[in-house]
Formats: sequence, C-alpha cells, structure tokens
Amino acid sequence: MARGFVTILIERCKGCGFCVEFCPTKVLAMSSAFNSKGYHPPHVVAPEKCSGCDLCGMFCPDFAIFGWKLRNGKAVGGGRES
Amino acid sequence: MRADPRGVLTGVHFMDGDHACCEGALAAGARFAAGYPITPSTEVVERFAARIPTIGGVFIQMEDELAASIAILGAVWAGAKAFTVTSGPGFSLMMEHVGLAVMTETPCVIVNVQRGGPSTGLPTLPAQGDMMQARWGSHGDYEIIALSPNSPQECFDLTVRAFNLAEKYRTPVMFMMDEVVGHMTEKVVIPPAEEIEVYPRRYTRKSPGEYKPFEPCEDLVPEMVRAGTGYRFHITGVTHDERGYPLINPEAQDKLVRRLKEKIRRAAGELAFYEEEGTDAADVIVVSYGITSRVAQRAIDLARAKGIRVGKLRLITIWPFPDEKIRELARRTGAFVVPELNLGQIVREVERAAAGAARTYAVPHAGGTVHRPEQILSVIEEAAR
Amino acid sequence: MIETEDLVEAPPQNPVEPYLRTDRLPHIWCPGCGIGTSLNCFVRALIESKEDLDRLAVVSGIGCSGRVAGYVAFDSFHTTHGRAVPFATGLKLANPALKVVVYSGDGDLFAIGGNHIIHAARRNVDIKVICVNNFLYAMTGGQSGPTTPPSSITTTSPYGGFEPAFNLPHLMDAAGAVYVARWTTFHVRQLTRAMIEILHKPGFCFIEVLSPCPTLYERRNKLGDGLDTMKYYKEKSKIRHGAPTSEVALDKRGEIIVGKFVDRNRPEYLELMRAQHRAQLGDRFVEAPACLCD
Repeated sequence: MARGFVTILIERCKGCGFCVEFCPTKVLAMSSAFNSKGYHPPHVVAPEKCSGCDLCGMFCPDFAIFGWKLRNGKAVGGGRES
Repeated sequence: MRADPRGVLTGVHFMDGDHACCEGALAAGARFAAGYPITPSTEVVERFAARIPTIGGVFIQMEDELAASIAILGAVWAGAKAFTVTSGPGFSLMMEHVGLAVMTETPCVIVNVQRGGPSTGLPTLPAQGDMMQARWGSHGDYEIIALSPNSPQECFDLTVRAFNLAEKYRTPVMFMMDEVVGHMTEKVVIPPAEEIEVYPRRYTRKSPGEYKPFEPCEDLVPEMVRAGTGYRFHITGVTHDERGYPLINPEAQDKLVRRLKEKIRRAAGELAFYEEEGTDAADVIVVSYGITSRVAQRAIDLARAKGIRVGKLRLITIWPFPDEKIRELARRTGAFVVPELNLGQIVREVERAAAGAARTYAVPHAGGTVHRPEQILSVIEEAAR
Repeated sequence: MIETEDLVEAPPQNPVEPYLRTDRLPHIWCPGCGIGTSLNCFVRALIESKEDLDRLAVVSGIGCSGRVAGYVAFDSFHTTHGRAVPFATGLKLANPALKVVVYSGDGDLFAIGGNHIIHAARRNVDIKVICVNNFLYAMTGGQSGPTTPPSSITTTSPYGGFEPAFNLPHLMDAAGAVYVARWTTFHVRQLTRAMIEILHKPGFCFIEVLSPCPTLYERRNKLGDGLDTMKYYKEKSKIRHGAPTSEVALDKRGEIIVGKFVDRNRPEYLELMRAQHRAQLGDRFVEAPACLCD
C-alpha cells in the first residue's frame, strides 16, 4: 500500500521533467498528453511506490506538484509526518 | 500634529543654512538620513550624524549617492521620515531613485545644495543650474515639488514644509538650496515644538484584506502602510495596478501616470508659495529665487531710487511652477526680469506662463559667484524703456 | 488521470501556496529555469524556520530573479536595478525587528550592484542575500555578466567570452560576510537548510544558488536544457563544507564545489553603532526606538 501520494496541478506545469528525473522511487513519468499551454505534464505510473517524500514538490519550479504522506489512506499533510 | 520636541532645538541661533536645514529635518521628525560626502552640502549630514545619537535615530554614510537615495526609501517603508543631501554630481546619481520614489509614492526629501556644473564644475562655488534637473532629471513623465530657500531661517522653515508636503502628497520633495545660502550664517529662530506643525504619514485604517496600496483617496493620493504590520503589500517600480502588481500595458500606464501627475498638478494653487511686493502698479517685475533674490532686492531698491516702478516676485515654490501667478501678473505689468545663476532655466518658464502678455528678460549668469546688483539693474532699466 | 477521491476526502493544498501570490501564477520563468525551484526551497525554509512572517520583508532588484519579490505573499519590494541591498539596508536600520531578505540575481547584485553588496557585507548589516546565479543577464536576452564563465557564448559575447568571472563566495568572504554558502537548484534539501540557517543567523549572510537558464545560457552554449543542467549539477557537484573560498571558482561545465564555506560571528552594524555612541556620549546617548516610526 502506498505510503504517500502526489498531486499534480496539470495546468501549472511547464514540463521541465525535474520531478520525473529525481523521484527517488520512480513514481512518475512524462505524459504524452498536453496541457492547455502545450506542455507535457508528468503522470503517475507507479502509485504504489510513492512514499510521500515531497521531493518532487521541492524540485518543481512551478509549484505544480507536491507529495504528501498517507496514513491508513488519509492525508496527513504535505510532505511532512506531523 | 505637533513636532516631537526631542528633535526641536528651540531658541535663537546663529547658524548657516546647511545646519539650519538639518535642524528643520529633525524638527519635522526625520530620524533617518543616508548621505555621501559632497561639497557644499556635507555639513547638513555632518550635523545630523552629530545630533541623531542624542535624539534617537540612525545616520548612515553610504557607499555612493545611488545607495543613499534608495536607503532612505527603504527607511520610509519601514516607517521612518527620511532624507538625503547632496550637490550636483550626487544629484545626478540620485535621479534613478527620484523616479522610484515618484512611482512608488514614497514620501522623502532630497536636498541639493547647488554648485556650479556641468560635471565636477565648481565644487565650492554657487550656481542655480540644477533647477530643470530637479524638474525633469529622472526619466519618464512625472510631476515634482521643489522649494528654494533664500536664507538660513528659510532653510529651517522650508525644510519642515518640504517634509510636510512630501507626506501630504506622497512624493519626493526637492529642496533646492545653493552654496551661498548653505554657507551663509545668520540668525535662525527655532520655535517651540508645539508651534511647529508636522504632517503625519497617511497610514490607512483599512484592514489588510481591504487595503490596496495604490488605491487613491479623493485627492488622488493613496494611503500608506509600513513593513512589518501584517499587510503583506507589494511595491514595485514597474507600472502597476492599485494592488501594486506589475501590469505592463498602455491602459495601466495611462491610468497610473496620469494620476501621479494629476495629484500634484491639481494642487499647484495651494503649493504656490511666493513672496510678492510692489507688483500692483509695476512696469517691471523681477522674478527670482534662492540667493539671487537677495541680490535682486538690491537691484530693485536701486531701480526704485531711479524712479522705475519695479515689483518683486520671489519664488519659494519652483515646481510645480506657479503658472497662474505669472499669468495674473503678466496681465498687469509690462515686463518680467529673471535673474538666475544659470544661462536661462526658470526664465523660460516665466516666458511660457506669460504667453506673450508681458515681455521677458533673462539676466543669465554661469555661476561661481552671485550677480552684481548693477547687472540686474541694467536689465530692469532696459525692460522699463 | 489521477483519481484522488477514493483516497482522501479533500486533497491537501500545495504547502507553499499560502505564502505565494497565487493570483499571479503561472510565473514568468521559462520551463526548466531554476529560479522557481529556489523560491520553492525558500518558502519551505520560511515555513520550517517558524519566523514571524508578518515581519519578513523580501527585497529584489531587477531581472528574472528580481521578480521573486512579486510572487511572495509578504511585504515585498521590487526596487531598481542593482539597488536592492541599499534599500534593504534602509529598511532594516529603520526597523530592526524586520527580517530582511534580498532575493536577486548575479548581474543585479554583482555588476550594477557590486559596490553596494561589498559594503553591506563589510558593515555586517543584518540582511540575508540569496543570489540566484544563472551565469548571465536573462531578462534582457542573455548578455554576458560578471559571473559568465570564460568562453561562454552570450548575445554580447557572440565569439565566446574572455573576461575572467567573479568567484562570488570568495568575494563575499573577503568583504566580511558572516555566512557564505553555495548550493545548486539540484540540492533542494541542503539549500532549504541553508536558508533556514541564515534566517536564524544575525549579520550579513550570503547564499549563491546556481540555476539553469535553459533558454539563454544552456541553449546558446549547446549544453542541453534545464534537466540536463540539473543532471550536470548532480554529477559534478562536490560537497566541501569549510572549503577555502579561494578554491571554489567555477568554470564552464567543470566541477562545482558546494557547501557552507563561511560561518563566523562578527558584531552586526547596529550593535557596533550603539556601542560606539554609548561609549562616547554616555548619558547623552539616546537609543533609537525599536522602530523609527514610533
């Protein structure tokens, strides 16, 4: 069961690929779809691997993605074990 | 609001114009000054540096005039009343932040003790060659307020007024002294604090949610806040909307720049300070300002002794130019004579405002010393013919 | 598409959003530009620092990095080109309770603003300077600047630059900064930690953040895109805390020494001013009020 989850704000994404490249558990891949500005956003390919570490959120230059921890399927805050 | 007595050196003094200017700033509530040494203005900040640790405040000598002229803007947004002081070459460097202060509507006072130019010019000798620079020195369209004192007493009185106008209109005010007025020592009377009127900063009473930094009041001047009070506001030199957000388009530019100009223009009448005497039945009116007005007084006396009907208009407000006053006088006099320590700056404004209703005569002087009264007298005689 | 409904009742908000002027997003920075990443780290540092953010002021100059002030939801000042540091100096000295951060670029801070930053460091004014170094002037179209590595192609060095570049940590060290660090936009955790450290450390603190400029620097120099640059940062960076700053100069695509180079203590400007005046004036000394607005 996934320990975390990522939220992607597709319309804010500019397709730089930082989150895909530096995700430590390789949860993400670039999508072949376009957003309305013509960029390829990331999409989740391995949701079960997400630890909710939020490294994607830290790398994102566009505030378009962030990870958060799950406990029993419930959100416990963006990137932080509180 | 009355002046804070801690900054008011009440009494009768014998002091020069530079020192009196500093005392005026302290009386007006200035508790922050940033400067850079330059003759003949440095005495103003030298005195501030000596006085401020006994009053409570900060003086900082910056690395150049660019820095001094923006450090004061930072201090103002932190809540202080602040000023800087310079002369020609430094005034040129400060022009960048005259523009920023106009654009961000930051109240402050910039003192220029004028010396001869261009460039290094005459570091120790007087001129009035920066009058147009005070008006137009920074790029872009704007209006400015500039005052010109002709005595140490006025260096005190008008510095207080300069601070008050800066606050009322949220604009930089140019205080245009000259070397002679700066270094001239005379009696200066500093009244008790309770007799000195100080215009308080126009802080908003709106809550952070309602407040917009550039939403104008009825007089087109917006209310202010200061940093650290929870408003989380944004200020930029970029053309901006009422929220202070950058907006780069012709409509935003038109709206903002028109308001910035109009808030000063529509107040031109109440900003027009001058000294007028004997103009009722004058064939000639001498229009002068700063140190030149004192030489002009001698020339007027000599002309009157010769039977010429001469009036006097001494400009205290240089900018916005008192067009209306000149227009009114032009209707009832034959000619204006305009002596000044430059080769023709304010005379052009007089000529423009007179619009042909009266003749205009310049009495130019390149600076370095003051006119001889006879130079002005001979032009008065020519104008009276 | 992601389905979140079955996992949580309401997806959490991006934790940085409350600290940004989200009505101004998307920002102006290009795809693959690192300024946004550095800002992301900055906002996270602010959250973790537990500072009173009502007392934070962010001051920027002009340029791409100069736009940071416009995106943060704090008291923020977008000043003139090169003059963010003296503006910040006035702000801080008039109200020492403010936490003043200058956020700007390499051209703004070290070419047109070079004189100001060395003097602020010398005085040890209590301001925090974050310099995003993307190796050229980006906003105006990619001209060379004082940090452009020799041989780089820019619009004003079309045949390759030949001027030696500044080593910014060395310069700031020599000028007297009490904290000097360099990280890249790849080092998001270390950068965030460094930002927290300077928020808590008194005196003039400086962080250089190396950032891709894919549109102007990388593209013209055939160095790939933003992601390629991030990979380069990952591969060629060596962490050497305490490295002598004279040894951390950069060159085009060579090794990058990152880390915290300087962390020392010196009395801060206002502390020195008060001590000197009190010693000389005795009873006549009047301490400036907590804020000069009082």
